[in-house]
Amino acid sequence: MLDVVGRAEETVAGIRLELRRVGHGRPLLLLHSEEALECEPPLLDLLAADREVIIPSPPGFGGSERPDWVSAPDDIAYVYLELLDRLKLASIDVLGCSLGGWIALEMATKEPAVFSRMTLVAPYGAKFLGPAERDIADIWMLPPADVIKRKWFDPKKGERDYKAMPEDKLSIIARNNESFARFCWEPYMHNPKLKHRLARVSAETLFIWGEDDGIVTPAYGRTFAEHVPGASFAMIAEAGHYPHIEQPAEFMRHLRDFLA
Amino acid sequence: MKVWHFTEMPYPYLPPLDEVSTMWVSLPSRIFDPKIGADLYERYLDEYVIADELGFNLMLNEHHQTATCLNAAVPLTAAILARETKRGRICVLGNPVANRGDPVRVAEEMAMVDCISRGRLDAGFVRGVPYEVFAANTNPAQTVERLWEAVDLIVKAWTTHDGPFSFEGRFTHRRAVNVWPRPYQSPHPPIWITGSSDFEAIRKVASRGYTFATFLQPHDSVRKMFDAYRSAYRDCGLPGGGGMAYMPLVYTADSEAEAEKGARELSWYINVKVEPQYRNPPGYVPVALNVKALQGAYAGRTAAIRAQGLEFQKEQGVVVYGTPDSVVAQIKRFHERVGGFDHLLMMQQAGFLDHQRTVRSMTLFAKEVLPRIAHLTGVAAPVGAAAE
Repeated sequence: MLDVVGRAEETVAGIRLELRRVGHGRPLLLLHSEEALECEPPLLDLLAADREVIIPSPPGFGGSERPDWVSAPDDIAYVYLELLDRLKLASIDVLGCSLGGWIALEMATKEPAVFSRMTLVAPYGAKFLGPAERDIADIWMLPPADVIKRKWFDPKKGERDYKAMPEDKLSIIARNNESFARFCWEPYMHNPKLKHRLARVSAETLFIWGEDDGIVTPAYGRTFAEHVPGASFAMIAEAGHYPHIEQPAEFMRHLRDFLA
Repeated sequence: MKVWHFTEMPYPYLPPLDEVSTMWVSLPSRIFDPKIGADLYERYLDEYVIADELGFNLMLNEHHQTATCLNAAVPLTAAILARETKRGRICVLGNPVANRGDPVRVAEEMAMVDCISRGRLDAGFVRGVPYEVFAANTNPAQTVERLWEAVDLIVKAWTTHDGPFSFEGRFTHRRAVNVWPRPYQSPHPPIWITGSSDFEAIRKVASRGYTFATFLQPHDSVRKMFDAYRSAYRDCGLPGGGGMAYMPLVYTADSEAEAEKGARELSWYINVKVEPQYRNPPGYVPVALNVKALQGAYAGRTAAIRAQGLEFQKEQGVVVYGTPDSVVAQIKRFHERVGGFDHLLMMQQAGFLDHQRTVRSMTLFAKEVLPRIAHLTGVAAPVGAAAE
């Protein structure tokens, strides 16, 4: 059972942001993936067992507003840096998944002292290959069934019964999908500047990757980790793009070791 | 009512459709034979010249990375017709300004066509069908925003005659916009905008005096759109003349049997095959429609019409076909059902429909249908007057 401390709104940079705080203990900032799968049990129960998990929704996601000037993860990073100032949270631990990992890296390159330890699960955000080579599978060009196969070791876990969901939940999913495309369509899933800024990261950093991730491959993940000073890299078997969802026990073992 | 000839200039010589997963975006160009392509361009342009001689106006459009439309750069065909035709108006419907990075270049192209044709241009602007965002790489969530910024910039570029202005918008930055030539028509060519279910946008089109156009929709949907247009211009007037335009597929023949055969060939266009991910990229339609898509109740705007078959399409006015008498009756019925409109845009060629039968249909329409529908009115009708 989740111990929901609060679900509130914070106005940051003139934007009303949805903010959840779950559990008690040392704060852990959770920057969720584009599908926000991390915000539900069982993973959230595990994370909140001994930490206060702080979960903002980015502009355009969940219940957060999206002004037109926010057009990329780079913009979200500035909004979140201001949010952390407002919450008087400095040098905290962060868990960023997929899009959330990219946002964490944008924040860590702008204001390195903001994070103490940074755990990144299959983040997007950087491009290492040439102009005619894909670093990141194009999820908007591929047939939807292929995307699910690439995302999940067990594609059954990617199936959602949308027909059984209430309309307000579907509205949030549809808006999240739209905002994700708005922010990441071009340049596709990366900020061309980010690769050149990664040397600024000072947080202790752990990259966690699913061995069968077909969206961003482990090879991409290793290259990414090599660009972040002192970063380590862990692989989880029988997992795709969301190893923390497919193998929560193994994921928590890596996370707890890292944060111990 | 003005009537317009239109073909999307298809390249129909494809492998069997069960071997092809999509005709848009990713169909390899090795399938395109340039010699056949050259013949097709010649033929389609010839048909526009014949249409001009028969008394039609001429409508052109543009699509990319698709076998359904070889007109990949509409200013080129508009420029050819500006020279090769003498009478008909030339409607570019439209310039895909949401997908073209440089609205000022579009303003220049259209101003040239307007001058070369001595003021026969109608300049349409479209946000583009969903598949187009893949070819152009346009952010699918921003096509409407890009469309209107581009239209505003183009109109300013056409109507500013005292030296350069600067423009620093969301999508386009220019330090000195000073378009030469200026358009032949003053203050600028009539502007057309396409749309479907976004009534707020339709009212915006009307309030600016632009012509609103919609394609291949059932008559009750068209009625709602045209009613929205009418109610808006009654409030604000029509500063640019305005108008309402509708496009069905049209085939006119000497017998009902021959007409139905022609209509089935035209239906090639409606039965086009496109992979699902291209049909509804994220953010292209509003959140409310994407909720329906998640529930499995929405698969793109034309899917429902396609599924219903030719009889339904005829009843709805999506496909108009028959002998001249029958075509006259169908157009009058549609005109009445939607409360009147100004422009009948006719796709008179699609798929494998050959030159001879295309021209026969066009000729029958021009000689035996057009004189009997030309008087039908649209925005010019007095408020409250019964259509027809």
